[in-house]
Amino acid sequence: MTDTLDTRTLDEASPFTGGIVGQARLRKEDPALLTGESRFIDDLVLPGALWIACVRSPHAHARITSIDSSAALAADGVVAVYSGADLEGDWAGPLPCAWPVTDDMKNPAHLPVAVGKANYAGDIVAVVVASSRYAAADGVEGVVVDYEPLEAVVDIEDAASDRVVIHEDCGTNVSYDWALVPDPDAVDAAFADAVHHVTETYVHQRLIPAPMEPRGVAAVPSPHNGDMVLYSSTQIPHVLKVMAALTLGMPEQKLRVIAPSVGGGFGCKLNVYAEELICMALANRHGGAVRWTESRTEAATSTIQGRAQRQTIELAADADGKLTAVRATLLADMGAYLQLVAPGVPLLGAFLYHGLYDVPAYAFTCRSVFTNLTPTDAYRGAGRPEATYAIERAMDALAIAVGVGPDEIRSRNFIPTEKFPYDSPAGLIFDSGNYQPTLDRAKELVDWDGRRAEQAERRAAGSTTQLGLGISSYVEMCGLAPSRTLAALNYGAGGWESATVRILPTCKVQVVTGSTPHGQGHETSWSMIVADQLGVDPDDVEVLHSDTAISPLGMDTYGSRSLSVGGTALWMATEKVIDKARTIAAHMMEASAEDLEFSGGVFSVKGSPDREVPLAGVAFGAFTAHDLPDGMEPNLEAQVTWDPGNFVFPFGTHIAVVEVDEETGAVELVDYAAVDDCGNQINPMIVEGQLHGGIVQGVAQALWEEAIYDEDGQLRAANLADYLVPSAAECIDMKLDHTVTPSTSNPMGVKGIGEAGTIASTPAVMNAVVDALRPHGITDIVMPASPMRVRRAIEMAGGGAS
Amino acid sequence: MIPAAVDYLRVESAEAAVAALGEHGDEAKLLAGGQSLIPLMRLRLATPTVLVDVGRATGLSGISVGGDTVSIGALTTHSSLEHSAELAAACPLLAHVASVVGDPAVRHRGTLGGSLAHADPASDLPAAVLALGGTLVVSGPGGSREIAATDFFTGFLESDLAADEVLTEVRVPVSTGGWSYQKFNRRAQDWAIVGAMVAEGGAGVALVNMASTPIRASSVEAALAGGASAADAAAGAADSTEPPTDNQADGPYRQHLARVLTRRALEAAGA
Repeated sequence: MTDTLDTRTLDEASPFTGGIVGQARLRKEDPALLTGESRFIDDLVLPGALWIACVRSPHAHARITSIDSSAALAADGVVAVYSGADLEGDWAGPLPCAWPVTDDMKNPAHLPVAVGKANYAGDIVAVVVASSRYAAADGVEGVVVDYEPLEAVVDIEDAASDRVVIHEDCGTNVSYDWALVPDPDAVDAAFADAVHHVTETYVHQRLIPAPMEPRGVAAVPSPHNGDMVLYSSTQIPHVLKVMAALTLGMPEQKLRVIAPSVGGGFGCKLNVYAEELICMALANRHGGAVRWTESRTEAATSTIQGRAQRQTIELAADADGKLTAVRATLLADMGAYLQLVAPGVPLLGAFLYHGLYDVPAYAFTCRSVFTNLTPTDAYRGAGRPEATYAIERAMDALAIAVGVGPDEIRSRNFIPTEKFPYDSPAGLIFDSGNYQPTLDRAKELVDWDGRRAEQAERRAAGSTTQLGLGISSYVEMCGLAPSRTLAALNYGAGGWESATVRILPTCKVQVVTGSTPHGQGHETSWSMIVADQLGVDPDDVEVLHSDTAISPLGMDTYGSRSLSVGGTALWMATEKVIDKARTIAAHMMEASAEDLEFSGGVFSVKGSPDREVPLAGVAFGAFTAHDLPDGMEPNLEAQVTWDPGNFVFPFGTHIAVVEVDEETGAVELVDYAAVDDCGNQINPMIVEGQLHGGIVQGVAQALWEEAIYDEDGQLRAANLADYLVPSAAECIDMKLDHTVTPSTSNPMGVKGIGEAGTIASTPAVMNAVVDALRPHGITDIVMPASPMRVRRAIEMAGGGAS
Repeated sequence: MIPAAVDYLRVESAEAAVAALGEHGDEAKLLAGGQSLIPLMRLRLATPTVLVDVGRATGLSGISVGGDTVSIGALTTHSSLEHSAELAAACPLLAHVASVVGDPAVRHRGTLGGSLAHADPASDLPAAVLALGGTLVVSGPGGSREIAATDFFTGFLESDLAADEVLTEVRVPVSTGGWSYQKFNRRAQDWAIVGAMVAEGGAGVALVNMASTPIRASSVEAALAGGASAADAAAGAADSTEPPTDNQADGPYRQHLARVLTRRALEAAGA
């Protein structure tokens, strides 16, 4: 699938000398996943568990006037039916929103089961408890709910007008206004003096995350001692534990959360959901296990959706096209309620609307509103794809205005390498970067000049199949995040991560990580890091995770943070273990610790190669504790909680080449190159895998995916026949390459790569589509660039005989 | 995604299926490959109380070529059609069309008879049999009868098949003249937004998803018979059609696609 054109994945100064990090090792996780041995939530066998099914509002906005559950209660297997009012006393608080971005942010109470009013189609209005999943589903059909439908607010501009106010107690549909304008006068002055002033408006459609495994929950109580185990298909067992305990008013130490194998999340499992709390509350009420598995339709309507923003971006530039200011204005759709981190999603992009360009003046403002649609929240990239899209599309518009190529306009504006660490106009410090080589290499990979010539030939020949080339250069901020920075943004938690490294008596290694994998391959990468440091076999390193009883400290997995934060904690814990082992080894060899070197799993005395002791000997000695230095604790174990001092800033350039069939409007991706820099790479195969999936997910926003709602707020793409997630058949071979510019934010020199593909690819494809259509005078196509939209744009421009 | 309770009855022959359908009336649905019925049941859009599973009945699958006719058992899977050398030689259009239905999993389970009986205007195979001028053989309480494909499709998901009849065989003429199927969709696995099918150098032209049933583009056939060029004939492909509107296409766009795809199909078929 991939041409890997550069095999150097570590900087010469990387701390990895064990020969394991940097290898494209097959993933430890895959045999179990591929053979069905891995256990997902729905595979759990829980004898006697009750099942719930949710009665969901078919209306986007309606008063609930009555609920009659008599027919359901008479059905075989139905144990109970609860309305929102029945359960209102079970909640110590509403569903949590952990990111009140402003002090006066409007946050309407979001109860797990709605009381009085449903605010989106899919809002839970009653819950059926039954002896089986089938009986619960049958029971739903027996619950008769009378509604008084209200006018639905679907469009975000309409929402902002407050023509219909959704949450009466808020008095407005505007949740908050947030601004980042360090120097307003400088921005105004730059626009006043601008030779070129580009104003562009773009729409980010709603996207459905659609992981392969939908959500699922099982709450298993121990009624006599008050314990509960909550199994959930979640990215965040640790965060969920705190939030669920608070929301239910349950002592936190009595709650254990386990995420079994999790089949993808893309951000949608970074949340605290109604069904989790409902299962817990009903497990308490019924004194036994209560479970729920999401249907694909529910995954579409009732799991968070992503994007849903309207943006205006303005660029000011001098005569040469050198940027002098960027001003971005955002209108963001929160949906019906604020989910866990939804208000913060625009903020994660707020700092990046100038992209990787050296811009002196900067302004960002955002207004977020409620609509009668499914709540939105973080979806792969969360804020950064939107920011990158705006600046990268606008840079192409600027290139046209200036009269230079899209490559040239970027080269003129890249932050110069000598300016790193770079003080960004938005107030960040970019750790490291060297942007031009990624553009040069990507152009080479797609034969930029050759393709340009081919494009000109096709245009001259009047071909109905036109070529388009699109560049997207990006930088993103990830590795969420320094706790103090999060505090400045009003986030309700820190951004640290925890790791424990434990060398067992037989010199096998146990690693406990607070970073919770859901497809990223943590077990493989983590074992490679530790094996490289300790000089052991990666197969001798076991990685434990995703269970708050085994791994009590953690902040989980999102925001491309696992490696740069959780991996760094692990690296530091391993260093700590080595330090202790060194002291013991020195004691064993009657040498000074400073005189020892550690290489290949063996401590030896510098200059006396015959005096050595293997790590295995130290491990066993630490276990028996027969002869340890005075005052030293037995065993080799260390725990580190790492709170990074800065984000990491991966970057790169992607180029898409598309063919547009002008007769049908069909867009086909014909070539794709991605040159990314995520610093030192632990396992380049995993890096490539993240890029493959991420790129396709971003291409999908450009070409296929859209959560289409009608004017009544009904989702018209609630299954995988109507919601177009691309399959392998739609993918092409991608040309991947990389450069290696280590981060200075952590000792491993690593950056994140989980979201980069999604961040970069959408604007590359859309720039290519618009490039192909430019002879028609077309400057934008609403995403996704469906054949009908493209064809209609050509017809509106007066081109193409019907 | 959780279907309602349903009784399941497996039958070993077409005759037994006819008897079971007669006994259970409208409450029963015939199950073959299940690629259309099961998803509808999981969404509770179909709620039969009895499923009559004909999937393992004997004598209802296989491809045989005799003289000018290809006879195909109703239970023959799309995959079997796709990979049959005999069919590829005798009726390459049908073999090709079978190869672009859904995805490999669908093609291994789905059957020709099931696809025709489901009568989905967006499906590929009904239009292929229509373009080829095929004949459908059905068994009922009174014995068997033959229905011309042109008379079989009566409405959206409706056919001339009675509730107690079972489709047993499909016959198409041996057809090795120029052919093409232009299927336009967003993803390989999807139904056609519009499809244009040309058989026998233009003698048969059929359209997918341009009406409530698969339709013959008779004005195109007539224009070609009258000596019109492919481009001129295709210009009339959408005449008097009333295509549906959905997320992917409205009526005027479907009509535009029908013209473009029909022209391409005719050109590819050498018409």
